[in-house]
Amino acid sequence: MIDALVFRRVRAIDPHAGLDAVVDVVVERGRITRVGRDAAHNVPESDRVRVFNGEGLWLLPGLIDLHAHVREPGYESKEDVTSALRAAAAGGFVDICAMPNTQPINDSKTITEFLVAKARAAGGTRLHPIGAITVGQEGERLTEMADLRDAGAVGLSDDGRCVTSSAVMRSALEYASMFDLPIIQHAEDHALTEGAQMHEGWVSTKLGLRGWPRVAEDVIVARDLMLAEYTNARYHLAHASTEGSVRLLHEAKSRGIRATAEVTPHHLLLTHENVLGYETACKVNPPLREAHDVDALRKALADGTIDCIATDHAPHGLLDKDCEFDRASPGMIGLEICLPLMMGLVNDGAFSLSRLIDSLTRAPARIVGLPPPEIRETAEANLILYDPQAEWTIEAAALRSKGKNTPFLGRAVRGRVLATIVTGRVIFEAEEQHAGSR
Amino acid sequence: MWSRPHLLGIEGLDASEVGYLLDRAASFLGPMPKTDALHGRVIVNLFFESSTRTRTSFEIAGKKLGADVINVSPSTSSVSKGETLLDTIRNVEAMHADILVLRHASSGAPQFLAKHARSSIVNAGDGTHEHPTQALLDVLTMRKRLGDLKGCIVAICGDILHSRVARSNALLLGLLGANVRLTGPRTMLPREAARLGPTVTIMPTLSDAVEGADVVMMLRIQNERFSGAALPTTREYTKTFGLNTAMLGRAKPNALVMHPGPINRGVEITSAIADGGQSVILDQVAAGVAVRMAVLEAVGRTRGAA
Repeated sequence: MIDALVFRRVRAIDPHAGLDAVVDVVVERGRITRVGRDAAHNVPESDRVRVFNGEGLWLLPGLIDLHAHVREPGYESKEDVTSALRAAAAGGFVDICAMPNTQPINDSKTITEFLVAKARAAGGTRLHPIGAITVGQEGERLTEMADLRDAGAVGLSDDGRCVTSSAVMRSALEYASMFDLPIIQHAEDHALTEGAQMHEGWVSTKLGLRGWPRVAEDVIVARDLMLAEYTNARYHLAHASTEGSVRLLHEAKSRGIRATAEVTPHHLLLTHENVLGYETACKVNPPLREAHDVDALRKALADGTIDCIATDHAPHGLLDKDCEFDRASPGMIGLEICLPLMMGLVNDGAFSLSRLIDSLTRAPARIVGLPPPEIRETAEANLILYDPQAEWTIEAAALRSKGKNTPFLGRAVRGRVLATIVTGRVIFEAEEQHAGSR
Repeated sequence: MWSRPHLLGIEGLDASEVGYLLDRAASFLGPMPKTDALHGRVIVNLFFESSTRTRTSFEIAGKKLGADVINVSPSTSSVSKGETLLDTIRNVEAMHADILVLRHASSGAPQFLAKHARSSIVNAGDGTHEHPTQALLDVLTMRKRLGDLKGCIVAICGDILHSRVARSNALLLGLLGANVRLTGPRTMLPREAARLGPTVTIMPTLSDAVEGADVVMMLRIQNERFSGAALPTTREYTKTFGLNTAMLGRAKPNALVMHPGPINRGVEITSAIADGGQSVILDQVAAGVAVRMAVLEAVGRTRGAA
């Protein structure tokens, strides 16, 4: 039985607390009790005290993912609650939000309660269900949102489907605002994307694949922002992918509209050119766009126009991707590789380390009303121990997710989560604790 | 020379490979006695989309080369029972097929299969992506009449968005130095269509495209295009993008008129032109057998002893 965790001489970084220093951090009974130089010097050696030598390592607030597909119930061959939470813990996530497009769809208290119970039993990373906006995600009748909230839902989304009816969207925004639940929109005008396989541009033209034009996202975002303004309700845009969305968000935020947005690691890193060769690993919805969209998204994340990073972790089986492009399932996994991939962008100067940490901790916490993980005395200990120098290669065999569908297989990355701590418990620990340069 | 196990598309081929296939095909033009170049080989025509011309042409080509040719179509295959494309191909390969001639509705299906296949894959048309043997037979037909195509102007008119014929031709004609003009209703032009080939220019109207052209290639317009919002009526299509005698008069004298078939007479082309002196539509069909012989022989030869 471990009573206390001690991180000695670790670089503790929490931008919100204004903390970036080499300190000792002591965790007792689930909370951070001491932060400071030599703060751990009088902690007695004991087999009830776990000591981490933090030299050369970073201690960060635990990460929060607003957008993960855990596939349970219904698609357990792709992923289940247990495997998703293991993957999340390995990626440094202490909280993940589970999208409702399961089978059956999470449009009821029953499914929400099932997910909460299943995740509690699994322990580790905490799971927060997102309920559907409409019954069966059919875009017509509102779900029982009070019930969903009471069962544990932290937001509402028909993710995978767009709420296309303006009237339904207006009602959803107004009704959900009574419970302070964000409406999370998958912005896609389905009439403009019928049969679409990838971004509409020169690559879709060349490959002869039906295009998913940017404007199919932009028209929904524009309308939704107007509705959010009119209803004074909270609107969150899932997986922003276009320069147009960024422009619209910027304008809306400048006028005080209560809108927030997320962007995925893959939309920050890849373009439609990665699809060349009919790479089904790069088939995703919304699709990978063009270099100027990527630039706009990076800048928007840097300046806060886009609030947070969300993985849109979408595990699939091998056969879902090893097939003709138009039969392949869209989506890619993200939980285990998000942080090192995004650290790469920090190293490239796309945005600052403090902005990255904020976009994966405090910003998403605020959107779904979770307590933000932080490094300060008395705070609940939700932390990750991170080796910024560890070099490793993303390999399918090492991934804990059942899904191995990512175009980043084989990519060499730097930076690795060594341990993930939730309420003072070590829920994940990398096998090679000694890895990296210390 | 040719050393590829597959013919997946025009994309990626170089001028010498194309030159080899065209020269070889030219030698197969006209009545040809049967040879035994592919004796003992098994060619399976796997046509997941209906086709008479292309399938028959591949079948005749294979037989002329002495191969055993089997036709499989979806109605008689296990695809209707839910088998995956990859499993279907693995089963056919287990029966020692050497060459699979594939027609499939999914763009990129041949590229996908080539990653897994032990047999040679010949693309006989994949979705709205490529139709390499069609482009080769079109170019063979043009070369026979016009000689070197460098600097020639080829107008390709119609539903470019859904046309694998246009895509393969834009690449192949570009490789040979011909200038390609694409035109069609804006709703039938893909985004950044000018990037379909190295020498492509997009023309706003049919008359702009046809003006001074050496070749006018009309594409089939599918009836289903008129059921949605993309196009109003066949009548208006004929008025704006149909080829008639007056319009053809804008092209060079004796310009060639081509069509990959099947023709919608009176829609994209008048019967008078389709059957007229400038039409080489049936020459294209004849060239098809020669081109497919050249392709089957070329990929067959990369497979070692039978």
